[in-house]
Amino acid sequence: MSFDVYLNVAVAGILTGLVYGLMALGLSVIFGVIRIVNFAHGEMMSIAMYIAVVLFTAFHLDPLIMLVPVAAVMFVFGYVLQAGLINPFITRPEHTQFLLLVALAIIIANTLLILFGPDARTVQTAYAYDSFQLGPVLIDASKAYAGIAAIAFAVALFAFLRFSLLGKAIRACADNYTGALVVGLNVNRLYALSFALGAACVGAAGSMMTLIVDVTPSIGPVYTLLAFVIVITGGLGSMAGALVGGILIGLTEAMAGLLFTPSAKSMFAFAILVLVLLFRPQGILGRRAS
Amino acid sequence: MTALLSLERVSKRFRGLVAVDGVSFAVPEGAIFAVIGPNGAGKTTLFNMIAGAMAPDAGTIAFAGEPIAGLTPDAVCRRGIARTFQLVRPFPALSVEDNVIVGALLHRRDVGAARERARELLRRFDLFDRRHRPASALTLPDRKRLEVVRALATEPKLLLLDEVVAGLRPTEVDRMVAVLRALNRETGLTILLIEHVMRAVMALAARVLVLDHGTAIAEGTPEAVVRDPAVVQSYLGAEAV
Amino acid sequence: MTASVIARLSEDVPHRTIILLGIVLAALLIAPWVVNDYLLTVLIVALYSAYTGQAWNIMMGFAGQLSLGNALYAGVGAYVAAFLFTKFGIGPWIGFLACAPAAAACGAIIGFLAFRFGVAGVYFAILTIAFAEFARIGFDHLAIVNASAGLFLPVQQYAHNDLWRLRGNPMMFYYVILVATVLAFILCRLLLRSRIGYFWLAIREDEQAARAAGIDTFRYKMYAVMISAAVTSFAGVFYAFFYNNLFPEQVFNIGRSIEMVLGPVIGGVGTLFGPILGAFVLNGLAETLNSAMSAAGLDLPGAKEVFYGLCLLLVILALPEGVWPPLARRLGIDKGMR
Repeated sequence: MSFDVYLNVAVAGILTGLVYGLMALGLSVIFGVIRIVNFAHGEMMSIAMYIAVVLFTAFHLDPLIMLVPVAAVMFVFGYVLQAGLINPFITRPEHTQFLLLVALAIIIANTLLILFGPDARTVQTAYAYDSFQLGPVLIDASKAYAGIAAIAFAVALFAFLRFSLLGKAIRACADNYTGALVVGLNVNRLYALSFALGAACVGAAGSMMTLIVDVTPSIGPVYTLLAFVIVITGGLGSMAGALVGGILIGLTEAMAGLLFTPSAKSMFAFAILVLVLLFRPQGILGRRAS
Repeated sequence: MTALLSLERVSKRFRGLVAVDGVSFAVPEGAIFAVIGPNGAGKTTLFNMIAGAMAPDAGTIAFAGEPIAGLTPDAVCRRGIARTFQLVRPFPALSVEDNVIVGALLHRRDVGAARERARELLRRFDLFDRRHRPASALTLPDRKRLEVVRALATEPKLLLLDEVVAGLRPTEVDRMVAVLRALNRETGLTILLIEHVMRAVMALAARVLVLDHGTAIAEGTPEAVVRDPAVVQSYLGAEAV
Repeated sequence: MTASVIARLSEDVPHRTIILLGIVLAALLIAPWVVNDYLLTVLIVALYSAYTGQAWNIMMGFAGQLSLGNALYAGVGAYVAAFLFTKFGIGPWIGFLACAPAAAACGAIIGFLAFRFGVAGVYFAILTIAFAEFARIGFDHLAIVNASAGLFLPVQQYAHNDLWRLRGNPMMFYYVILVATVLAFILCRLLLRSRIGYFWLAIREDEQAARAAGIDTFRYKMYAVMISAAVTSFAGVFYAFFYNNLFPEQVFNIGRSIEMVLGPVIGGVGTLFGPILGAFVLNGLAETLNSAMSAAGLDLPGAKEVFYGLCLLLVILALPEGVWPPLARRLGIDKGMR
């Protein structure tokens, strides 16, 4: 194989990895602030994917344009979920939280199964087979748009958390829960908002994922795991880490698929996770907890 | 008397900040020895180095003639040094008795024998009638005593007490002091305590080491130490002199 | 020896508890003679999850280490036993002598890496998932056990039950898994009341305080993961010989690991009866939903699972400690049963 093939696959992997990264960013925001591990993360993404698929098949609305509305719907979903169901569980033991979110994942996946059946759904855009030529590299148009949109969305979230008053309040909550209570922040509302923001990331990522993969009701667990792997690899609590982790995992999967066999690609992602946990438990960009 | 515990020029730095700076002292066998000093003097760091929670950057710590610096906390405990925590941490869901049994099992294989020993200690510390309650249901003074009992159950030669009377009412302080004195007198147990409450230090300790900004500024009997100008200055500030 | 074990088992147990236990055990012994074939299979599945739940409980309920990858140990047990049987004709009981150390070794590797490097809590849980997934994909490409095409045990009509080779009718399998569940229960109780059990509980409650009390926490956590893995591996042996087919996609699936966790969490983590009760509650619930749905003509795929999820939600909302602790208090048998 020529060097160009590797380059093409690497670029495709990096672009897919950016979308992975945005999805994982949602998990990172939720865990970073609320300290809840969202075991229903992949299922939330499949909701977003189905919304995008339905909008496309019924109204021919492009998933890239629908990215913001889908994210908005998921934002509301996340807010209601945290405020209504998860909030009483934030002080409960980890295994109880785990069970809560597993129950939620079962409900979501099977509701989708009832609504849409077991068959894979897909989006066929007009530009599905377009590509750009950039020197020796041939870039898939769908992936390029998705990657750029993922970066834009992540930057918007980053700016919100960094510069807005609400964003600062959320970061204060994440740094010091008791301190946030003492200075009079409405922690429950900020938690709901954080979960909503995490869900919005998943929503945007899910919308774009329809350009890259098919959706079935049972894809949830795979993407939940993928999000864990990315977040831990990149560094929990580090926003840039989630994106870097996403790129790294996307790249690894693509190269493993090329060099070995596509069905074994996630084995390499897990191998990276194990190595990171062992030698740099705080993640690539994470800070070591004192 | 031979020294049971001796520290030679022990130092610890945190990112350039010197927490403990070349501290040396020796605790004779059978003694009650106190380390006092204002907040941030390095008492807890010193304590953690002896207990194995952190390793010193320099210096040696010897227990019964053997170096122990750098050992893990459990290894230190197995050598015969038991500790309490400043913020008490009994095993919350376990009963009072089971908390102590865990300690007593360190040098016993048999649970029955450990239970015997646990009950003996619980009687001595007035916790026997509460032995079936979960530790989380105890009051703070009771939890402090439970912590001491659990440490004693590991059959230590040296007991490290980290602010064991802080937060107690004066009558409770006196009670704890009385029990510790009796224990020291009857069993010859060596005690090293870190303490803020001068009432307890004066009543218990035969010798006192004063730390300030990580260095030892005075050592002697409690009476001598509280009259030392350097000590008064470090505690009350320069104006008081 | 036997007498002293029995004495230790019944120590501190009120008469009421012994009588209740006797009734439950008698009912379980008679059950296969009064239920139909379908219900017998349901009971086998329930006992299977009671067994695996108890094994998981050793790690999480006793030693406080949240494993979400126990399917790995069952899968290793299943594959090693099936491989030895199909390739060399080695029976399951001898095979188990190889399965248990193999699973314990897997547990030891995960434990060593995690506990040495301070990987704890949620991170540990995710590490266990990662290893199980790693095994799933690995076995999917392992030609010696037929990779993703699956490993099959020869099936034929058996004139009589062959207990030594685990070939026979469901009733034999029922009694095998019943005995295994009872043995696991006895093992758990003995462990919990011994030195190792006290040390595990101390580690679960507060690891730093446990170390200060002289406990070599690394060593005892290793014991927990290895014992849990070895016990779980027998479930895999049973699975292989009961179902006669193994696919990595099914055996190592994260869903299997989650099933092993659900029973004890619903029943009561860290309790002796919780995993068993939880297994029966969950399987009973699933079967009730099954028949209710088909009676109502709602054979929609997924509908049963949605209700199942809703019921799980209700249980954790209403009974945060699980079903067993409040039930034991109601029955007045919460004393001495740990």
